[in-house]
Amino acid sequence: MSRVRVLVGTRKGAFILTSDGKRDRWDVAGPFFAGWEIYHLKGSPADPDRIYASQTSGWFGQVIQRSSDGGRSWETPGGGVTKSPEGMPMGESNRFVYDTSPETGKPLTTHQHYDGTQRPWEFKRVWHLEPSLDDPDTVYAGVEDAAIFRSTDGGHSWQELAGLRGHGTGPRWQPGAGGMCLHTILLDRAHPGRIFTAISAAGAFRSDDGGNTWKTITRGLRSQFLPDPEAEVGHCVHRIAQHPSRPNVLFMQKHWDVMRSDDAGDSWREVSGNLPTDFGFVVDVHTHEPETVYVVPIKSDSEHFPLDGKLRVYRSRAGGNEWEALAKGLPEKDCYVNVLRDAMCVDSLEPCGVYFGTTGGQVYGSSDSGDSWAPIVRDLPPVLSVEVQSLP
Amino acid sequence: MTAVRVSLPPHLRDLAGVGAEVSVEVAGEATPRAVLDALEARYPALRGTIRDHGTHARRPFVRFFACGEDLSHDPPDTPLPRAVSDGAEPFLVVGAIAGG
Repeated sequence: MSRVRVLVGTRKGAFILTSDGKRDRWDVAGPFFAGWEIYHLKGSPADPDRIYASQTSGWFGQVIQRSSDGGRSWETPGGGVTKSPEGMPMGESNRFVYDTSPETGKPLTTHQHYDGTQRPWEFKRVWHLEPSLDDPDTVYAGVEDAAIFRSTDGGHSWQELAGLRGHGTGPRWQPGAGGMCLHTILLDRAHPGRIFTAISAAGAFRSDDGGNTWKTITRGLRSQFLPDPEAEVGHCVHRIAQHPSRPNVLFMQKHWDVMRSDDAGDSWREVSGNLPTDFGFVVDVHTHEPETVYVVPIKSDSEHFPLDGKLRVYRSRAGGNEWEALAKGLPEKDCYVNVLRDAMCVDSLEPCGVYFGTTGGQVYGSSDSGDSWAPIVRDLPPVLSVEVQSLP
Repeated sequence: MTAVRVSLPPHLRDLAGVGAEVSVEVAGEATPRAVLDALEARYPALRGTIRDHGTHARRPFVRFFACGEDLSHDPPDTPLPRAVSDGAEPFLVVGAIAGG
C-alpha cells in the first residue's frame, strides 16, 4: 500500500499530513517552526526523506531548514556548524547574496519599482524551493527580489544563477502586489539542463543550459495593463505546470488568462474557454492524464475570492478550452478564501489525488481525480503552499 | 573577557536551541557590535537574523534595550551601560511590535 505525505506551509508554521493510499484518514503533525512564515516545503524526488523548507520572518529574515528523515527532525544546514553549545542541531543557511561578478553579464542592473523608478535588487525571502530530480543535495531557490539560486551542498551555501537577471530585461521587471518574486521553477527530466521559471510581474523564462543563460518565453501572452500588451516582459505569470511525459506542453495561469504552450514556451495560446473567470493563481496537471488540467478561478484581480462564494476547482480533460466545475464536497456558499500560487498539487497514486490549501486554513483533498473533495484539516493558519509526496 | 547576558525573543531562542537568556564572552569593551559578534560566533544560526548579513545593519523590526533604555539607534560601537558589562543587567534583543 502506498502512502502520501502532504507538506503544508502556512503563515504561522509548517504542517505535515500523512495517510495511506486510501487517503481517507489523515494524521496531522505540526506546527513545525511555529510562528514563522513557511513559504514553501518540498521533498527531493531522489530521496523523499530529504525535505527543504523556506522559513522566513519580517523580523528575523530568511532561514533554510532541511530534514533528512521525512520531516520528523530538522536542521539549518549552513555554516559548517552542526551542533550548538547546548547540543542542538544548528547552522547558518540564510545567506543569499546576489552575484556581482562581471563575467555573469549584467547582474547589477536595477529593476522597476511600483512608482516607476529604478531600484537595486534587495533580497527579501525565498518563495519556492525546487530540489533536483536526481541529487538530494542540489536544490534551487526562487527568491524575492526575483532571482534564482542553487545549492549543491544540501543548502549549506547558495550561488545565484545570475544569467537570469543579467540577460538584459531586468530593468523592466516590476513587482506585483506580493512583491517581485520568482515563484515557479520547473526542472525538465526529458531535457537535462532545461529549467523554466516564472516571475511576478516579469513573465516566464527558459534556460537550456542548466541555468547559465536564459530567454524570455512570452510570445502570445497579452496583458492589458501593459502599455504594450504583448511586451516581452511585464506579464504577471502566476504559475506554470508541466506533465513529465510531454515536457514541451506547458500550462500557465497568469493574472488574467489560462494559457497553453506546445513548444516549451516558445509560443502560447489562450485556453480559458468556458471558465467563469480566467483569473486565478494555481494550475496543475493530472499525474496520469497529461491533457487533464486543474485551475481554481477567482473572481477578479481586486477581489481574490471564488465567484458567488462557491469554492470550485475547474477541470479540463481536453487540455484547456472545455472546463467543468468540480464542487462535490467543497463549500457552495459563503466561501471567500483564496488559493495561492504554490498551494495545489497532485500525487502519483491511482486514481490521482489532488490537493489544495486556502487562505482560510483549509486543506482539501480528492482521491478520485477531483470528482469529490473532503477537507483534510480545516483550521490551519492561512495556507501558502501545498506539496505532496507519494511514498512506497 | 567580559561575560554579557543576552536576552533573546522566542523565535530566535527556538532557532538557536537555547533558553530565554544566554551569556557570551566579549573581549574588550562591551558594545552592541562586540556583543552581537560574540553571539553570532557562538550561535551561527543567528547570523542574518538580528543584523543584515552583509552590512551588519540592525534588521528594522529588531530593537536593543538595556537598563530601561532604547539603545537601538546608538552607533554600534557605543559602550553598553556598566550594569550590562558587569553582568548585572541583560542586553535585550526584542522583536518590535508589528505585523499580525
